[in-house]
Amino acid sequence: MSMYIESVGCCAPGLEGWAQSQPVLRGERAYVPTQMPSHPPQRLPANERRRSPLAVRLAFAVAEDALSASTLQPDDLATVFASSDGDTHIVHRLCLALAQPQRVVSPTDFHNSVHNSAAGYWSIAAGAKLTSTSLSARHASFAAGLLEAGALVQAENRDCLLVAFDVRPPETLLAGCGIDQTAAFALILTPRRHPGSLAALHVQTLARVAETRLEEPALEELRRSNPAARALPLLVHLARRESATVLLDGAGGHGLQLELQAP
Amino acid sequence: MKPLRITDYTLTSALGAGRAAHLAALRMQRTGLSQVSFETCGLATWLGQVSGLATPISGEFADWDCRNNRLALLALQQDGFIQSVEQLRRRHGAHRVGVFLGTSTSGIHQTELAYQARDREGGGDLPASFDFGRTQNIYSCGDFVRRCLRLEGIAHVTSTACSSSAKAFASACRALQCGLCDAAVVGGVDSLCLTTLYGFNALQLLSAEICRPADAQRKGISIGEAAGFAIVEYSNAPGVALLGYGESSDAHHMSTPDPAGRGALAAMSAAMHRAGLEAADIGYVNLHGTGTQSNDLAEDKAVCELLGTGTPCSSTKGWTGHTLGAAGIVEASISLLVIENDLLPRSLNTRQRDAQIRGAILMENRDAHVPNLISNSFGFGGSNCSLLFGMQR
Repeated sequence: MSMYIESVGCCAPGLEGWAQSQPVLRGERAYVPTQMPSHPPQRLPANERRRSPLAVRLAFAVAEDALSASTLQPDDLATVFASSDGDTHIVHRLCLALAQPQRVVSPTDFHNSVHNSAAGYWSIAAGAKLTSTSLSARHASFAAGLLEAGALVQAENRDCLLVAFDVRPPETLLAGCGIDQTAAFALILTPRRHPGSLAALHVQTLARVAETRLEEPALEELRRSNPAARALPLLVHLARRESATVLLDGAGGHGLQLELQAP
Repeated sequence: MKPLRITDYTLTSALGAGRAAHLAALRMQRTGLSQVSFETCGLATWLGQVSGLATPISGEFADWDCRNNRLALLALQQDGFIQSVEQLRRRHGAHRVGVFLGTSTSGIHQTELAYQARDREGGGDLPASFDFGRTQNIYSCGDFVRRCLRLEGIAHVTSTACSSSAKAFASACRALQCGLCDAAVVGGVDSLCLTTLYGFNALQLLSAEICRPADAQRKGISIGEAAGFAIVEYSNAPGVALLGYGESSDAHHMSTPDPAGRGALAAMSAAMHRAGLEAADIGYVNLHGTGTQSNDLAEDKAVCELLGTGTPCSSTKGWTGHTLGAAGIVEASISLLVIENDLLPRSLNTRQRDAQIRGAILMENRDAHVPNLISNSFGFGGSNCSLLFGMQR
């Protein structure tokens, strides 16, 4: 499966935006994991912006970052939102309420609890009416999202925005969930090369592989702490503008081989 | 698009376990909805509850035990489906068979129970027996099903609320077209939980009466649970096939459809375009038809604009309840039964059609041969998917 990478979005501790993150991923600047600021989604109306859930803010941050480096318009993009667990803070609030005798559930929490809430808010904010998939493949959610987005690019000849995101859950769910850090990454993928395309990407499935790791220990820790951060090895080579092969674990007892070709 | 043959399928809902039970219920005009109680839920409502889910999963997959996976397992065990997949696996190889499922709430009931247990113990940690990743996680049913079926192809679980398992067909279709797999198990599972019961009640969408789609006095949804699975592959052999699919986003509101039905229209139009068919070719529409005021009106506008007011249509949610993330596979399976058995199910529990609804709502079961039909599934977040099924000759 072949496609072109148009642009990238980044939001993780110490990786605030693709422009700022590239020197860090190239190894020119030290990686310093810092507390992430809140990201009010610029495209949402002010009242929605204030009360938007954490996962929606995170997904918007990287989608907006990727779009800022592209000439493509958001309403021309199909979308794929890949997340292992969606917004576990909302799950927490719902389950707390349901454990009480009165069982008073917030209607807003309930409709925001759907796994596709980020996709729903994005389509409303961006006027994006094309196809949109929200999916999970647990630790391999980025890999599954990349396959789904690549299939949209190739089979339907669409430009596609892929957003992978997962939030650090509340303390009650932290041990079981296994996501230690909040992080999100986005790629805009296109069927044709544009003057600004960052690289060509060829994806194929293989038998199970040993995943490509990162040399910098703190970045490797980030990669392992959040399903979306499995995107990092690919992003390191993109930041360095170099051709490379990246291996990713897939969800169903198989692996992915990503061949990145610098222009 | 190249038709995708459905070489086997099965479904389990409140109407019963397996295809024969569903066909019998449709013929006898017997609803699966009843005023049973679920767990400690005190809401006055009708439920499409599946029986036979009290026994925990044991053995190799005991860690995946939760209501959602019990329901998935019960459904897999019907209609010789596991044996069909075994043959499929031998034919293509475990690595070349993908798994694409849909769910809205996965095993969240397990998390609800864990929080209740924690409260009884006076707070602190969740019980040590609670396995978040194998129950609550959205991918849990996909992981469970692919392990049960010993499949190692690409896999994911789509979760776009009530369009989830319809969109699983679209994902599978693209994956096959791109050569990512040679065949796939497609389907979905959604089970009763307190989150959806109290959540829809908080949104004032849960009906105290039985669900009455398209009725002048309709009051909202009855919630059901179900699981269903289908095998899809390219084949020249005659039989039922997915001829087209269409997806769209409303870009309107999180929990209310676009009142003009533009998203629904776009999804149905795209499915017909992919199939290369026109309005006159469509013999029946299985409506999303939730029985809420807003859905039924908006969908009717879209159906009538695309197909006119003469195409027979009905929602089967008066039979099964709204099975949310499983609605796509349930209604796809019922649609396949319609094609194979020349039986159009009526809009059960509908007493008097809403005067604003102009479509040809089936008020009685009808015996008719339908070569092609559309099944609609629409979800929160404005996520729409239409599937077009027909007979490949």
